Amino acid sequence: MSFRYLDDIATADIAFLAQGPSLETLFQSAAEATVLVMVDNLKSIQPRCQRTVGFQADDVESLLFNFLQEIIYYKDAEQLLLVPDAIMIQTCPGGYDLKSVLRGEGIEPRRHHLIVDIKAVTMHLFRVTPNAQGWEALVVLDI
Amino acid sequence: MPLPRDIKRVAPAVWELSQDHSPGMNVPARIYATEALLRNMEAVVFDQVANVAKLPGIQKYAFCMPDGHWGYGFPIGGVAAMRPDDGVISPGGIGFDINCGMRLVKTNLTYEDVQPRLKALVDRLFQRVPSGVGGASDLDVSKKEFRRLVEQGASWCVARGWGWPDDLDKTEESGCLRGADSGDVSDKAVSRGYQQVGTLGSGNHYLEIQVLKPENIFCKEYADALGLNIPHQVVVMFHCGSRGFGHQVATDYLQIFLKVMKSKYGLDVIDRELSCAPFRSQEGQAYFSAMKCAVNMAFANRQVILHRIREVFSEVFQKKAEDLGMQQIYDVAHNIAKLETHPVDGRDQELLVHRKGSTRAFGPGRAGLPDVYRKIGQPVIIGGSMETGSYLLTGVEGSAETFCSTAHGSGRTMSRHKARGLFQGRALLEQMRVKGIYVNTSSLQGLAEEAGAAYKNIDDVTDATEMAGISKRVARFIPVGNIKG
Repeated sequence: MSFRYLDDIATADIAFLAQGPSLETLFQSAAEATVLVMVDNLKSIQPRCQRTVGFQADDVESLLFNFLQEIIYYKDAEQLLLVPDAIMIQTCPGGYDLKSVLRGEGIEPRRHHLIVDIKAVTMHLFRVTPNAQGWEALVVLDI
Repeated sequence: MPLPRDIKRVAPAVWELSQDHSPGMNVPARIYATEALLRNMEAVVFDQVANVAKLPGIQKYAFCMPDGHWGYGFPIGGVAAMRPDDGVISPGGIGFDINCGMRLVKTNLTYEDVQPRLKALVDRLFQRVPSGVGGASDLDVSKKEFRRLVEQGASWCVARGWGWPDDLDKTEESGCLRGADSGDVSDKAVSRGYQQVGTLGSGNHYLEIQVLKPENIFCKEYADALGLNIPHQVVVMFHCGSRGFGHQVATDYLQIFLKVMKSKYGLDVIDRELSCAPFRSQEGQAYFSAMKCAVNMAFANRQVILHRIREVFSEVFQKKAEDLGMQQIYDVAHNIAKLETHPVDGRDQELLVHRKGSTRAFGPGRAGLPDVYRKIGQPVIIGGSMETGSYLLTGVEGSAETFCSTAHGSGRTMSRHKARGLFQGRALLEQMRVKGIYVNTSSLQGLAEEAGAAYKNIDDVTDATEMAGISKRVARFIPVGNIKG
């Protein structure tokens, strides 16, 4: 995983910068950064169930935005902590196509060291940009 | 922090950025703060309030309250009133946690009565009011029934015995914004919210048992009128909103507005979080309706929590809640947009008032206030950090200049990540115990992020609202028991 949380952005909330040599690794890092806002150790999440997500978006920013929103959605709708096990991103006529298998388990406060709930991914300063090493994303999460 | 060079003081606690501050401002911006609070605001707050001033249809000023800090699109503490006919509605002017708000209930107990049972009370409240990451309710509400709930608000709960009719009278908009059509909310939003009725959430959401010491009453006459008339009286205050449901409504419509804003309506904004649509447009009206559903969900959420609080007090003290004097003092939103009538240049006009991290503060005599508060003005509940204290204020006539808006809390000064590095949850728990505050939390790390030092001084914030003439201090409560999500 390759990300760091940023102290000087969005005082009341949490911002991070994620990187990856490919879009898939970038999305993996961003997803892990998101889950680690809610729980302090990814290893505490056992792969007991899975959810498959798949959608298309016009651009890579919308693709990442929707992907992270899926993780937040399952946390509320099914009380699941999920991390991507596999991510596949391809270009398609309308833009980009993402398929991912998310694995994890139901929230168990006694076993998962929970930190804070995420309300939403914001569009504030949100960006996904190519850089010399591959890709980089700046994400601010509303807490 | 350095201030913008062109900021001008126009009153002891009011500062102005003229329309020349930044190209495209339709009105000037006004920031309500003491000089010390102003200097502590992040530079981005001034940019954000100036950006708000550029929105179509904005009237008089873009405002920022004394607890203002870095938000998205709007600053937290932002207020903007738009003409409905040619103005816009912006989810960024309301926030993701639609109708995040405060509720305050009194008791006829004193600290002496409560202190021996404080731990039992807090621990039982912690069990009965689910909190923390993904916290789900023990209430069995189907998705179909939830759609009815979001159209009816707190009255849905009272009809089922989860509250008293008087609670509705003492809730902003009587706990239900009319015109909420659940057909305007996505299935995804319903799925995120239907299991969360009666839950606290996490972050800065909390439920506190507080004490009113006689020396913390600023206006005895008003305190009496609010039912605060026992020395060392115990009250319960809590802060939460519309949970995953409201967050999804905001997310859904932010995306819809981003798609149509420029292509369909020719609107261009400097920050995507300021995405908006003409209020009278199909998208604007659909969002307004969906937002009302989220507002109603939050009123219902706080109504169920109040019911749980009454049950727990009743169980611990073996008395009926009625016999414990557990009347609600008030419930007020601080993330909302509403159609309200306000004078503009001497003429009453209907305006769409956005308040994001700002509380409505109707002065005495305003329609919409329950009879008992008609003389003193609307109660305003200002939550402080968990270590310091909270305030009860009332609206005053002077708040007309901010479209009857005031502060909402103490406002953060330190990022969560930084606070987590500086404070330790367990040590904080112990420090608070020594101070006489018993805490039960779902997360020690989450607790560290909420340390008092991460927030502005609540006394300075409420002082500034009084200095600026937009509200009046009535009482200050100190925490003795805290549930932190």
